[in-house]
Amino acid sequence: MTSKPDFDLECSNVSKTFGPVRAVDDVSFEIPSGSFFSILGPSGCGKTTLMRMIAGFENPTAGDIRIKGMSVLGTPPNRRNVKMVFQHLALFPMMNVYENIAYGLRCAGAGKAEIATKVKDVLERIALPDVGEREIHQLSGGQKQRIAIARCMVLDPDVLLLDEPLGALDLKLREAMKIELKLLQHQFNTTFVYITHDQSEALVMSDHVAVMNSGRFEQIGTPQQLYHKPASAFVAGFVGDANRWNGRVAEARDGRARVETSAGLTLTCTPGSGQTFRPGDAVEIFVRPEFIRTSARNGQDAANDGAGDDGLEGIVDSLLFNGANSRALVRPPQGEPIEADITLTGGPEDIRPGETVRLSWSPDQALCFAVGTAPR
Amino acid sequence: MLDQEKNWGMLLGYRLYVLAFFIFLAAPLVAAGTFAFNDSLFPALPWQGFTFDWFFNDTEPKLGMFHDRRLLRGLYYSFIIATAVSGLSVFVGTCNAFLFTRREFPAKNFFYIMMIVPLVIPGVILGISILVFVSSIANGIEESYGIELEFMRPGILLVVLGQFSFITTITTLVIIARLKKFDGAMEEAALNLGASRARVLMTITLPFLRPAMIAAGIVAFLVSFENFNTTLFLVGSESPLTITMFDRMAKVGSTPVLNAVSFFLIVGSGLLALISILIQRDRSSE
Amino acid sequence: MNQADFKRLSLILLFMPFALWILLLIILPHIGMGVLALREKVGPRVYEFGFGNFIDFAMEPIYWNILFRTGSMSLLVTALALIAGFPIAYYIAKIAGRRSRGALFLVCLIPLWVSDLIRAFGWILLLRETGVVSSTLLWLGLVDAPVEMLYNDITVVIGLVYTVILFMIVPLVSTLDGMDNAMIEAGYNLGGNGWTVLRRIIVPYAMPGIISGCIIVFMLTAGSYLTPILLGGKNSSWFTETIYEQFITRYNWESGAAFGFLLLAFTSFVVWLGLKLSGQTLAGTVARN
Repeated sequence: MTSKPDFDLECSNVSKTFGPVRAVDDVSFEIPSGSFFSILGPSGCGKTTLMRMIAGFENPTAGDIRIKGMSVLGTPPNRRNVKMVFQHLALFPMMNVYENIAYGLRCAGAGKAEIATKVKDVLERIALPDVGEREIHQLSGGQKQRIAIARCMVLDPDVLLLDEPLGALDLKLREAMKIELKLLQHQFNTTFVYITHDQSEALVMSDHVAVMNSGRFEQIGTPQQLYHKPASAFVAGFVGDANRWNGRVAEARDGRARVETSAGLTLTCTPGSGQTFRPGDAVEIFVRPEFIRTSARNGQDAANDGAGDDGLEGIVDSLLFNGANSRALVRPPQGEPIEADITLTGGPEDIRPGETVRLSWSPDQALCFAVGTAPR
Repeated sequence: MLDQEKNWGMLLGYRLYVLAFFIFLAAPLVAAGTFAFNDSLFPALPWQGFTFDWFFNDTEPKLGMFHDRRLLRGLYYSFIIATAVSGLSVFVGTCNAFLFTRREFPAKNFFYIMMIVPLVIPGVILGISILVFVSSIANGIEESYGIELEFMRPGILLVVLGQFSFITTITTLVIIARLKKFDGAMEEAALNLGASRARVLMTITLPFLRPAMIAAGIVAFLVSFENFNTTLFLVGSESPLTITMFDRMAKVGSTPVLNAVSFFLIVGSGLLALISILIQRDRSSE
Repeated sequence: MNQADFKRLSLILLFMPFALWILLLIILPHIGMGVLALREKVGPRVYEFGFGNFIDFAMEPIYWNILFRTGSMSLLVTALALIAGFPIAYYIAKIAGRRSRGALFLVCLIPLWVSDLIRAFGWILLLRETGVVSSTLLWLGLVDAPVEMLYNDITVVIGLVYTVILFMIVPLVSTLDGMDNAMIEAGYNLGGNGWTVLRRIIVPYAMPGIISGCIIVFMLTAGSYLTPILLGGKNSSWFTETIYEQFITRYNWESGAAFGFLLLAFTSFVVWLGLKLSGQTLAGTVARN
C-alpha cells in the first residue's frame, strides 16, 4: 500500500484524454495535510481538467485519485468530501446568504438548530457575522468571495479546491484577497488546492506550487525553489521575469558553459538543474532583471564587476518607472534590449535615457537550458 | 446653424410620426372599449350618457355581460381551454428547452427547425389538418369496431390540441431563452455541496427557470384565449368566447354588450401581459 | 444502472413529449390532409385516388384569382408593415430615452395580446357608415351624407397592417436593441450620411430581425380569416374564406384539404424564396428570439 494517511490528496499517474487530445498526461503528486498547494499554468494547460477530476465532474482515463488515503474513482461528485470554489463563484442568486451556506448542510440532512449554529459560526470565522439575511446581489466582490468559501468550509471538507476565484476581481481587491485567502487557510487549517495562471498569486500564497504545461507537471516545489532553481526552461520563463537569449554552446566545463548567442554575444552561464551540454547544443539563457547591476560608465570601467562576472555595455533606451520596481531598458550593441532593475531616487545620479551604461551579472544567475517548450 | 435646424425639424417630424402611430394603435381599442359605457342600444355615436348597464344590467334589451348566459359560458370554456393549453404547453416547452439546450443528439438542427415550424404554419391549416386527422381516426374506429368516440369529434379536446400544437413553440422559445442564460457551474456547485441530481433540479435549476415558466404560461393563456383561426375548425357545441362573439357580430348585429366584453378582455389581457413582462424583467437583472 | 444508461434513458424521456407533439399534431395531420386532398369523390361514399381536387382548382380561374389576390395583398401588407414599423422600432430602440423606451415597448406589446376580433371590431365601430369617423366628418360639415368606409380593399389592407404590424416591430426592436450605438456613430464618423448609414450599417445589421418579422407577418396575413371577413365583408375573396366554405358550408372536406394544402405550399414557397433571396435561414431568424 502506498497510501499514507498524512496526505489529504494524492494523485498517481492521472491521465485524461478527450479524443486525440491529452488534456492531463500522467500527473502524480501528493499534498500534505493542512497545506496550501497551487497548480500554476497557462490557460489550456489542463489544470482545470485536473481539478474537475478531483471534484468528480470528470473521470480520469487512467490513474488513481485518493483522498485521505481512499480512492474516490467510483464516488460520484456529490459524495466526495472535496468542496470547490468556482471561477465565477456560482453562488445561488435565488437564495440569500444564509440559505446558500445552509444548502450543503441541508443536503447532508442536518437538523435546523445544527444548521443555524454552524452557519452563524462560519460567518463569524470569515468576519461577516451580519450578512445572513442579505441577498447575493447586495454583496461586494470580496464578500461574495468569502461567502463562497464559507459555503464550502461549513461542510468541513478534506480538501478545498479553488478555481481561479480571484480572476474576476479588480487589481486592488485581488491583492487584498491574496493575503486574506492565506489567512483563511491558516485559520481553517484545511488543505487548499488553488488553480491559477497568475504566478504572483501562486508565489505569495502557497506552501507548494506545481507548474503545469501541456498536461504535465514541469516542477513541484516551494515558491523559492521554482523561482531560483527552475527545473526547466518553461518554469524559468513562466515564473517571474527574465531576459532571455538563444545561442549555441561553445565550450562546457566545470559546471559552466560558454554560449555564443544568435545576436553575437558571448556569455558565461550555469546549466540548469539536471542539464549537461556538449559544444554545439542549442540552449536558452535566462537572467532575471533583479540580478543585473547597472552602473553609469564614467571612467571606472568594470570596477563594479565581481570576479568572473559577465558584463556588457549599452545605451539606455527608456526608463520604466514603477516606484521600487523601476526598470531600465538597455540596448546592447547587438540583439534585443535588456531589462535591468534599477533604483531611481529622483536625484542627479539617476540614470537617464541616452546614457551609456554597463550591465553586469554573476554567471551563477545566468541559467541555461536546452531549447525546449519555453513560453514566449 | 442651418444644419441643426434641419435636424431639429426632422426629429420633430419623426416624433409626430411616432405619436400618430400610437394613436393609430390605440384608436380601435379605445373605440371598442369606450362604447361599453354608452347608454344606447347601438355601439355608435351620439353619446347618450355614461352607464354600467352593459356590464351589470340583468334584463333585456340591455342585458349586461355578467348576466348573458351564452357569453358567460363562452368565457368559461375559454378559461378551461386556456388553462389546459398553458399547463400542457409549459410542461412540454420545459422538456423541449432541456432537450435543445442541454442534450446532443443526431439531426438536432433538423428537429429544432421542426420545433419552430408550427409557429409559421397558418392557424387555419393547423385547424383543418388536425380536424381531418382526428376525424379520420374516429371514422376508422367507428367503421371497424362500431364504437363512437365522442371526444374525438370537434369539441374542447380538439380545440386544446389545436392550440397546443403551435403555442408549445412559443413557450419552448421563451424557456430556452432563459435556460441559455443559466450558468452550468451552479448545478456543479450544488452537486459539489452534496445535492443529488433530483435535488439540484428542484432547488437550483427549476427555481431559476420559474419566472420564464410563469411568463410562458401567461403568454400561452393569452394566445389561447384570443385564438380564433385554429379554434374555428375544431369547435363543437362548447364555443369559447371568441367564437361566440364572432357569431354575434356576424349574425345578430352588435349591441354594446360586445363592447363590454371587449373592454373586459382588453383590460384583462393588458394586465396579464404586463405581469408576464415584469416577471421576466425583474428576475433577469439578477 | 451506470452513467451512460442513465443519460440514454433521460434523453429518451425528454425526447418523448417533443416527438409526440410534432408527430401527432403536426406531421401526421399534415400527411392526413395531403392524403385526403388526393381522394376524389366519384359517387356517394365512393372515392378513388387522383389529382381531381387539384385539377378542379386549376380549372377554375376564380380560385386562382383568390389565391393570387391573397398572396399579393399579403406581400403588400408585409411591405407596408415593414416600412411603417421600422421607424417605430428604430425610435423605440435607439432614439427614445432609457425610461420611455420601456414604456413605449410595453404600449406596443399590450395590444399584441388583445384578440384580432376585438381589434377588427374596433375598426368596424370607427369606419362603418354610422361609425365614429363618418359621424365626425358629418358633424364637421366635411361631408354631406354618411360615408361607408368598410368593405373595400384599402380598408382591408389597413386593417391587416394594423393587426400584424406589432409582430414586425417586436423582433425589430429586439434586434436593433442589441446593436451597439458606437457602430452607428462610427458610420457617421467615417463620413457616411444618414442614408448610407441606414443602408450600409443599420439595415444589414437588422436583417435577421427584418426577415423574421416579414416571415411572421406574411404567414399571419395570408392565414388570417377574421380581418378580411369583418372589414372586407362576405365577398372579400380571401383564400382562408374559400377553405372555410369548402369545409364547413359545402362539407367538401376533400377539396377543402386540397385548398389548405395549396395555401400551405404557396406560403411556404414564398417564405423559402424570401429566405433564399436574403441569404438567411429559418433557424437564424424566427427562432432567434
